[in-house]
Amino acid sequence: MFEYLYLVPILPLAGFLINGLLLGRLPRPVVSFVACTTVGLSFIVSLLLFFELKELPVEARVIEQVLFPWISAGSLHANIGFLLDPLSAVMILVVTGVGFLIHIYSIGYMHHDPCFGRYFTYMNLFMFSMLVLVLADNYLFMFVGWEGVGLCSYLLIGFWYEKQSASDAGKKAFIVNRIGDFGFLIGMFIIFWQVGSLDFRTVMQTAPEVFVAGGALITAACLLMFVGAIGKSAQIPLFVWLPDAMEGPTPVSALIHAATMVTAGVYMIARSNVLYLMAPDALMVVAIIGGATALFAATIGLAQNDIKRVLAYSTVSQLGYMFLACGVASFTAGIFHLMTHAFFKALLFLAAGSVIHAMSNEQDMRKMGGLKKYVPITYATMLIATLTISGIPGFSGFFSKDEILWKAFSSPYGHPILWVIGFVTAGLTAFYMFRLIYLTFHGRERMDDHTRKHLHESPKSMTVPLMALAALSVVGGFVGMPHLFGVTNYFEHWLEPVMAGASQDAASHALAAGGGDTGLELGLMFASVLLVLVAIFMARKFYHQKPELATQMCERLSGVHRILLNKYYVDEIYGAVVVRPLVNGSKFLWRIVDVLFIDGFLNGLATVYSDISQLLRTGQTGRVRTYATVFVTGVAVILALMLFG
Amino acid sequence: MVTIPAFLIVAVVLFGIGTVGVMISRNIIILFMCVELMLNAANLAIIAFSRALNVVDGHVIVFLVLTVAAAEAAVGLAMLITIYRNRETMNIDRFSILKW
Repeated sequence: MFEYLYLVPILPLAGFLINGLLLGRLPRPVVSFVACTTVGLSFIVSLLLFFELKELPVEARVIEQVLFPWISAGSLHANIGFLLDPLSAVMILVVTGVGFLIHIYSIGYMHHDPCFGRYFTYMNLFMFSMLVLVLADNYLFMFVGWEGVGLCSYLLIGFWYEKQSASDAGKKAFIVNRIGDFGFLIGMFIIFWQVGSLDFRTVMQTAPEVFVAGGALITAACLLMFVGAIGKSAQIPLFVWLPDAMEGPTPVSALIHAATMVTAGVYMIARSNVLYLMAPDALMVVAIIGGATALFAATIGLAQNDIKRVLAYSTVSQLGYMFLACGVASFTAGIFHLMTHAFFKALLFLAAGSVIHAMSNEQDMRKMGGLKKYVPITYATMLIATLTISGIPGFSGFFSKDEILWKAFSSPYGHPILWVIGFVTAGLTAFYMFRLIYLTFHGRERMDDHTRKHLHESPKSMTVPLMALAALSVVGGFVGMPHLFGVTNYFEHWLEPVMAGASQDAASHALAAGGGDTGLELGLMFASVLLVLVAIFMARKFYHQKPELATQMCERLSGVHRILLNKYYVDEIYGAVVVRPLVNGSKFLWRIVDVLFIDGFLNGLATVYSDISQLLRTGQTGRVRTYATVFVTGVAVILALMLFG
Repeated sequence: MVTIPAFLIVAVVLFGIGTVGVMISRNIIILFMCVELMLNAANLAIIAFSRALNVVDGHVIVFLVLTVAAAEAAVGLAMLITIYRNRETMNIDRFSILKW
């Protein structure tokens, strides 16, 4: 079975080629059938591979399939090869599983769009790139996937390119990502320079011998690769593209900008865990950036009125959680949260898409309200997702988030301050998510009559994926229950071979600390659950029972509210500090250096030659008589010279 | 007996008339005739030298030049007719279209 590993990425590529080459020639049902079947088959292959991998003994769970050598230049060798281990197995399951559901959903959501075929072509290309990213067996091939998903992200954000804001958002995403990619590339160069290989297994094996633990080089390499992760996973300071990415179709937001692509940074760091464990300073930076982003984005989420923007900031915030987990060397918790987040955030976005669909493309929550009775399935599934993201016990989000909070507190790389940040963020998350629920589904109906008449529940192709994701959101967490409850944490066990260094580290530390303080862990857990409940209660008070309270609050704190509503003016600051100087500098180079100096010099030179030529051509009259006279004169002069000279 | 200098003087005078004609005439046909004049002046000089030095080479050259001049006249006149048909003028100053 393992020899069919290459099928996982190749199937969506085939779908991309079929739909792409026959773009506009295939009827819609065929397009959607091809796109969904290829991804579905890819999911089935992934499932089979997963079960087969599970049968193997723990040490043998690394399957490498090299298709052919790709680059062989000097000492650089890179293969087109795939690596299946517990980590990439989890990733391909999440990517193909969630991807498949979103493809199904898209059939309903994009039903009216004239560019149906183009949409599915891009989606399949994205699936291919993402699977290459998670399955690649070396950094270089991974980078191909990394750039591929960036390209698809650009194409899909700007899918409705007739809209100025959409094409701008696409460009913004791509350019911001390029800044991160630059860091990633340099980090990769350092690794290649020191290790002499980019193959994951070689790097992980030889890195401890080559690098000095905690040394400047390894720290620099890790930090630079983290810059790539910052760009791709929308962390401070490069998060600005993600909220704007909501210009794309909603299923795209769900798949690319919530469930899969943006988590690539987390995956990359988890994949390179051996390197990061050797650079504690880099880990600290990861944790701080992650924590800061989680809190920062959550506060912005409090004041946004666009339903998708709230979710976008919530995504940024949750990604911050994942980096917080990675930063305290708890890569397993990071990947675990990545998985549960993929379920519930995809669900949130798809449900929001269903709401937008019902509301005739209205996204402003201030114009919604009371939708509960019009779209019952959407409401139920979205409520489940909200409970999950808030971390209500029993739902998957609770397990993964609590794991992160506990690790932030207890890990040798953790710190109580990091826990406090995560704790506060959890409260804020519950508050803004329930604000969204109350504003959208409860209370007075604030839409106009025309929209109200068109309110309808979405078709089956949209609601079925919602229900499937809701089920996953509920049960997805049980694979990773904490030891606290006296059960095995299957997820941690599963990833143990990949995260060997990290788990040993944590285990020895836990032993040193007296086998883990269960009382404290339980206490912290209760505290966070309590905070979440309070936050939910407050959201209910503000946005359901007494909406005037919220208005009063906004007025009393109008300064703070304005700052939050305008997202801390980050876009404006970047505009003033980075973009405007760049534009003005470019204008200077264009108008002064280029036009005035370079063009001026060249044109001046040409003018001089032209003037000289103008002068000389006066001798060329074009009259035979003149030429004859000159000729005769010349002969006469020569004769004279010969005779008398 | 006419002496060599006398021949040469006639040749120089003929050549001079031809040259001046080429330099000042605007009419192509006159220009063409002036060129013929120059050729024949040269022929005269050559034949005079040939006689004076008592070698036959000069005669051969002169026949050659006459032949070439005849051929040239045939081609040249044909061109002149074509040009005249196209432009309806014989003014050489009007034929400077190759100059920009």
